[in-house]
Amino acid sequence: MGFQMLVPFGPWNWLFLLVALRCGGASSDLSESTNSSAQHELNVRFAAAGSEPAETVSVFALDYDYVQIPYEVTLWILLASLAKIGFHVYHPLPGLMPESCLLVLVGALVGAIIFGTDHKSPPVMDSSIYFLYLLPPIVLEGGYFMPTRPFFENIGSILWWAGLGALINAFGIGLSDVNLLQNLLFGSLISAVDPVAVLAVFEEARVNEQLYMMIFGEALLNDGISVVLYNILIAFTKMHKFEDIEPVDILAGCARFVIVGCGGVFFGVIFGFISAFITRFTQNISAIEPLIVFMFSYLSYLAAETLYLSGILAITACAVTMKKYVEENVSQTSYTTIKYFMKMLSSVSETLIFIFMGVSTIGKNHEWNWAFVCFTLAFCQIWRAISVFALFYISNQFRTFPFSIKDHFSLAFLLPLSLFPRKKMFVTATLVVIYFTVFIQGITIGPLVRYLDVRKTNKKESINEELHTRLMDHLKAGIEDVCGQWSHYQVRDKFKKFDHKYLRKILIRENLPKSSIVSLYKKLEMKQAIEMAETGILSSTAFSIPHQAQRIQENKRLSPEDVESMRDILTHNMYQVRQRTLSYNKYNLKPQTSEKQAKEILIRRQNTFRESTRKGHSLPWGRTAGTKNIRYLSFPYSHPQPAGGDVRAAEFTGNLHP
Amino acid sequence: MGSRSSHAARIPDVDSIRRETGFSQASLLRLYHRFRALDWNEKGYLSRVDLQQIGALAVNPLGDRIIDSFFPDGSLHLDFPGFVRVLARFRPVDDEDNRNRDPKEPEPLNSRMNKLRFAFQLYDLDRDGKISRQEMLQVLRLMVGVQVTEEQLESIADRTVQEADEDGDGAVSFLEFAKSLEKMNIEQKMSIRILK
Repeated sequence: MGFQMLVPFGPWNWLFLLVALRCGGASSDLSESTNSSAQHELNVRFAAAGSEPAETVSVFALDYDYVQIPYEVTLWILLASLAKIGFHVYHPLPGLMPESCLLVLVGALVGAIIFGTDHKSPPVMDSSIYFLYLLPPIVLEGGYFMPTRPFFENIGSILWWAGLGALINAFGIGLSDVNLLQNLLFGSLISAVDPVAVLAVFEEARVNEQLYMMIFGEALLNDGISVVLYNILIAFTKMHKFEDIEPVDILAGCARFVIVGCGGVFFGVIFGFISAFITRFTQNISAIEPLIVFMFSYLSYLAAETLYLSGILAITACAVTMKKYVEENVSQTSYTTIKYFMKMLSSVSETLIFIFMGVSTIGKNHEWNWAFVCFTLAFCQIWRAISVFALFYISNQFRTFPFSIKDHFSLAFLLPLSLFPRKKMFVTATLVVIYFTVFIQGITIGPLVRYLDVRKTNKKESINEELHTRLMDHLKAGIEDVCGQWSHYQVRDKFKKFDHKYLRKILIRENLPKSSIVSLYKKLEMKQAIEMAETGILSSTAFSIPHQAQRIQENKRLSPEDVESMRDILTHNMYQVRQRTLSYNKYNLKPQTSEKQAKEILIRRQNTFRESTRKGHSLPWGRTAGTKNIRYLSFPYSHPQPAGGDVRAAEFTGNLHP
Repeated sequence: MGSRSSHAARIPDVDSIRRETGFSQASLLRLYHRFRALDWNEKGYLSRVDLQQIGALAVNPLGDRIIDSFFPDGSLHLDFPGFVRVLARFRPVDDEDNRNRDPKEPEPLNSRMNKLRFAFQLYDLDRDGKISRQEMLQVLRLMVGVQVTEEQLESIADRTVQEADEDGDGAVSFLEFAKSLEKMNIEQKMSIRILK
C-alpha cells in the first residue's frame, strides 16, 4: 500500500542534470573555495599542533574540522533515514505523497540549515564525486532488480519510445526559445523522465505489464541517451558559431550516439560474463562473492567512462548479465548479502543526492526569470503529451498489445519530468520544475490513476462472485502461461538454446540443482512442512467467526455480519493471482506474499501427489494413471531438461526422499 | 523434423481447425509453434508431464486442474486440435462474429456460455453436471491459504452453495452457476487478448 520508491531513477536523473551544469559554471567556484578553505583549515590545524608549545595539557578539547566531512555526511544520512522511518510509521502520509517529496523536503531543510548558519558545505558536492560514487550504486540496483523477461519482450517498443521520445522532447523543448544551441542543451537534459512515483502507483493499480515495462525501460535508457545527447551538444557548443556546424558533424554526432550506447552495453556484457565465470570457482571462499559482483560492476562503469562510452548502460548491462549466472553460482547467504548491500548503497546515494538538491535550492545561485520558468513548465508538459501520443500511435500499429487511450493519457500526463540547470536561470527553472513535478504531480498521481481506472470500483460482491472471479483469474493466468510468450519468439528461442548449450556450461558451477525452485523446495520441506502441518490443523487466525463453529446444514439463515466476516476471510486469504509485474519493495527484501504463497502451493501439491501415489489410487477424477505416474517419478534427475523442468525435478527429489 | 517452417500448410487439418475454433491464421501458426515447443521430445502429441513443465503452472493453485482440463475423458495424449480447442474458449468475443453467425450453427467455442461451461468443469470433477458441497470445498481448499481453519472453509463452502442453489438440492447446477455470475463480465474475464 502506498507509494513505494520502486526505482530511483528520479533522483539521479535530476542530480545528473544539476551536477552536470554545475560543473560548467558555478561549481568550480564552489569547489575551489571549499577546497581552499579545507586546505586552509588543514594548515591551521597542523600549525596549531606543531608550532607553539602547549602550556597545559588540555583535558578536554574539540576538533571539529578533522571530522567535519564524514560527520556531516553521516548526520545527513541518518536524518534522512529517520525521516523515512517517520514517514512510514505515520500512516496517512504514504498514501498522500510519494517518498521523494519527503526526501526533497529533508534536503531543503538541510540546505536551509547550512545556508542559515553560513556554513561552508563540505566538498562532497562535486561532479566527479557524484558521477564516480553516487550514481553507480543507484543504476546498479535498478539494473539488478529489473525484470528481464518483460524487458526483452518489449525491447523494440522501449528503444523506439526512449530514443525517439527523448530526441523529440529534447528538440521540442529546446527549440521553443531563443538561443538555439544552449536551449537544445537544456532540452536534452530536460527530456529525461522520472517515473519513480508513477511506477509505484502503477504497480498499485496493476496496470498491465507492457505499460509498466515501457516506463521502466524508458527510464533506464533515456538517461543514457540524455548523457550522450548532452555530450554531443556540448561538443557542438565548443564550436561557437552555429554556422560552423556542418552536416558531417551532425552525422558524426549520430554515429557517436550509436557507438556510445552499444559500446557501453558491450562493455557491460563482457564484464558480466567475466564475473560470472569467476564466481564459478568461489565455492570455498564464498565471503568474497559479493565483493566480486560489486567490483566488476563498478569496473564496467569505470571502464566505459574512460572511453567516453555510456557507463550507465554498461553497468546496467553488466547487472543484467551477471544476475542470471551469478544467482545460480553463489551461496544463498551471498545472494542475500548482495541484494541487501545493493539496496543499502543505493539508499545512501539517493539520500545524499536529495541533500545536495536541497542545499542547492537554498543558496545564492538563483536568477528568477518568470517567463522562462513558466514557459519551460508549459513546454515540458506539451511536448511530452505530443510525443507520447504521436509515438504511441505509430508504434501501436506494430504491436501485438496495442495500448489503450487510457494508457496514452497516463503516460503523457502523469509522468513527471526532471530537469537540468545550466546557468543560474536554468538552475532556478530546473528546481521549480523539479519541485513542481515531485510535489504536485506526485501527490495528484494517485487520485488521477484511480479516477482513470474505472474498473477499480469498490462494489460489494457476493461470496459466489468473489470465489468464482478469483478462480477465473487463476484460470486465465494458467492458460496464458500455457500459451507462452509470443513476441520475438524465434530470437528468444535461439538465445535460449545457445545459452543452454554453451554459456551455462562455461559459467555455471557443476553439481548443483539447477533452479531456485528446487533449492527453495528443499528448504521449505524441512521447516515448513512441519509448520504447515501444525498450522493447518490448529490454526489461530484473527478472523474467527464465533457462530460458525458448528456445521450449518439445515439452517439457511445467516446473519449479515456472518456473511460479512466470511467474505472478509475469503478476500484476505485467497491466493493472489500470479502477478506479472515486479512487486518488490525497495526498502525490505522479506519474502513477499507471492513467494510464501508459491511455497504453500508447492507443498500442498507435493503432499497430494504423495498421498495419491502412496495409496495407489489415481487422482479424483477417474484417471487410471496410478502406475504410470510412479514410473515417471522414479526417474533420477539426469534427464536433460529444458528450462521449466524444475517442478518435475522437485517432484522427483521429493519422492526419492519420502 | 524440427525445422521451423512458417507455412501454415504444415499444420494438419488447418482449415477444419480454423472453422471450428475461429482463430486467425497467424494465431494458429503461433499456437502451433508453441505446441511444438512444449513437445520437446517431438512425439507429436503432448502428455501431462509436458504441460507440467511449465513452471508457472506449478505455482498456480489450480495448476493441476487446468492441466487436466486439456485431457478430457481421461485421455493421455493431447494432439494439436485438442490443444487449440481448449485455448479457443479464451478467444476474445468478437461482436461481429455474433451478428454474422448463422443461428443454426453450433455456438462458437468462445461464447459466454461455453466459457462458463469451461469454468464449471474446473469445479465439477465427477462430471455429474452439479457442483456439490464437497466439490466446492475442495476448490476452496486449493485456493485459500493455510491459515484458514477447516471449519471456516466448510462454512464458506456451505454459504457459497446456499447462495447459488435455487432448487434446494444442495448442489449448484450449471444454470444456477451461470445465473450467479450473470452480472460479471465473463467475456472479458475469460479472454486472452493475444489469442485473437
